[in-house]
Amino acid sequence: MRAMQYFTATAAIGLCALLGAGLQASAEIKIGSVLAVTGPASFLGDPEKKTLEMYVDDINAKGGVNGQKLKLIVYDDAANPNSAKTFATRLVEEDKIDAMVGGSTTGATLAMMPVFEDAKIPFISLAGSIRIIQPVHKWVFKTPHTDKMACEKIFADLKHRNLTNVALISGTGGFGKSMNAQCHKVAGKAGIKILISETYGPRDSDMTAQLTKIRNTAGVQAVVNPGFGQGPAIVTRNYRQLGIKVPLYQSHGVCSKEFIKLAGAAAEGVRLPCAALLIADKLPNNDPQKPVVVDYSREYQKKTGQAVSTFGGHAYDGLMILVGAMKRAKSADKAKVRDEIEKTKGYIGTGGIVNMSPTDHLGLDLSAFHMLEIKGGDWTLVPGT
Amino acid sequence: MAELLQFVFSGLTVGAIYALVALGFTLIYNASDIINFAQGEFVMLGGMTTVFLSLAGVPLPLAALIAIVVTTAIGLALHRFAIAPARGASPVALIMITIGASIFLRGVAQIVFDKTFHSLPPLFSGGPIRFGGATILPQSLVVLASAAVIVVVLWLFVDRTMLGKAVIATAANRLAARLIGVDTRRIVDFSFAVSAAVGAIAGILITPITLTSYDAGTLLALKGFAAAMLGGIGSALGAVVGGLLIGMIEALSAGYLSSSYKDAVAFVIILVVLVAMPQGLFGRVKVERV
Repeated sequence: MRAMQYFTATAAIGLCALLGAGLQASAEIKIGSVLAVTGPASFLGDPEKKTLEMYVDDINAKGGVNGQKLKLIVYDDAANPNSAKTFATRLVEEDKIDAMVGGSTTGATLAMMPVFEDAKIPFISLAGSIRIIQPVHKWVFKTPHTDKMACEKIFADLKHRNLTNVALISGTGGFGKSMNAQCHKVAGKAGIKILISETYGPRDSDMTAQLTKIRNTAGVQAVVNPGFGQGPAIVTRNYRQLGIKVPLYQSHGVCSKEFIKLAGAAAEGVRLPCAALLIADKLPNNDPQKPVVVDYSREYQKKTGQAVSTFGGHAYDGLMILVGAMKRAKSADKAKVRDEIEKTKGYIGTGGIVNMSPTDHLGLDLSAFHMLEIKGGDWTLVPGT
Repeated sequence: MAELLQFVFSGLTVGAIYALVALGFTLIYNASDIINFAQGEFVMLGGMTTVFLSLAGVPLPLAALIAIVVTTAIGLALHRFAIAPARGASPVALIMITIGASIFLRGVAQIVFDKTFHSLPPLFSGGPIRFGGATILPQSLVVLASAAVIVVVLWLFVDRTMLGKAVIATAANRLAARLIGVDTRRIVDFSFAVSAAVGAIAGILITPITLTSYDAGTLLALKGFAAAMLGGIGSALGAVVGGLLIGMIEALSAGYLSSSYKDAVAFVIILVVLVAMPQGLFGRVKVERV
């Protein structure tokens, strides 16, 4: 009798498990994500996680995708590529996800790429580097602009003003280093000559020595500062302290009100390329991105009480591109979804208008950046860019 | 000439910051032989608390004062709850506790405050001071002057007061100090409190130049520690000279050699000095009598 009871109990549990698994497969699409929610890159992972959660809830409330609900599984890698890889394996083997959105940092993304390539799972990364999509990997896509595009945008604006001889002063952090390398690479083609290239450490508190060297270099017509964090604010202050007169360009790394606040009056006249999201209210009404960015900023601010950042926007774009592809594929079949992501055309997102192709897994062009000038403590659009 | 002068001014600005941070290391080391790696977090706490209090509408001088008091209390708590219970442990174990404390404080600051950068207005408004074709910010001079004042006060304290002598006695031989009636635990308590206060003052004064964030302490402490070692750890004058030297070397090598190697040049010089003079420039040579 006892044995019988035991048997029935086991059978019942087994049946439940089977049923559960069966139900899950038909009712839920599992989307995995590994983000740097805490740690040094939490400024990326935090808004990304909030954005994904917000919009997965929103999509589910509206009935899900193809009649199936979305289930989001987020792990926090604290910006450590090793744990990112472990979590990626877990998402594939244990959680059995259908698609992947995430990877806040370039390091984490590069570590996770082989896992998803092997498992043949579509992977949309939210990290910056061009190395993620060049060379093209079949299953890997990304949404953020690359630093190469930022260099090209700045150089195009310089050419427009007939300034061709520039100086670079770059941070030695990952962002500054990578953008510095890209600027060197595209300078020749853009017709720009880099006369001098200086650097500063991630926590340096005074850059007047480097800037003095730049000021004393004959022929410098403009200065470009690839960098992130507080460095560019200090460069900008020192720039005015030394009274350097040629134009100063900052990168998309400091496209936030924080920069204007930190640099204060010194920020006046600084130019920088930024995504549409930050200037949602300043875009002309006929801009196709305007409704998307205004909508996203409003929703994000309402739900989180925080100011919108481009990073959350990248997560929004990643999720929407994926959902769009699933809708067109009419299923969550991995291979079909991958093919449809690659066929994404004319998707209007927070980062720009995305047109992917088998050779371009990013799909943004220079129009995704707007050249801004800081005037009166606020952004203004530079006309004609 | 103007070029050299500008490099020197840049070196003074950076060096004064290192010096002010380095000063915080001296008193704790003097009293307990511990190198407190949470010193950078005291600097961060001073700056961040002031920023957030003033954002909340507290007038700046009052905010600064509260920040110093709060940081001092945290320094005291660090000793009472983390260092004192482990006082039988070796200095290496105690130093590890301070590293743990620094990670803890950084984590708490990330939650209590936020993860973005902040600034404070300088003490004297107005543009940079021009001199011989070069410029320096008034705030850099404020930092430099404060470092000088703290050195003098610390020197007067250690050399001229009974409490100061008790600190030295505690450092020299804790058991003997206790035998002659020094309450050594109170003395080490006191040294943590004062070091925290010095750190907080440093944080408030340098924030207008360096800006601050929850993780600002780590690298500041590293440079401050290097400065303290170069000058001879435990010597207040040494901390200031060491800080200014490192700042100057960095600025001059950034100016005349390459900014990519400025940190390397500074650390090579520190290594050379420490190989030649293991006690640092102003350090006392310790004679152990057996």
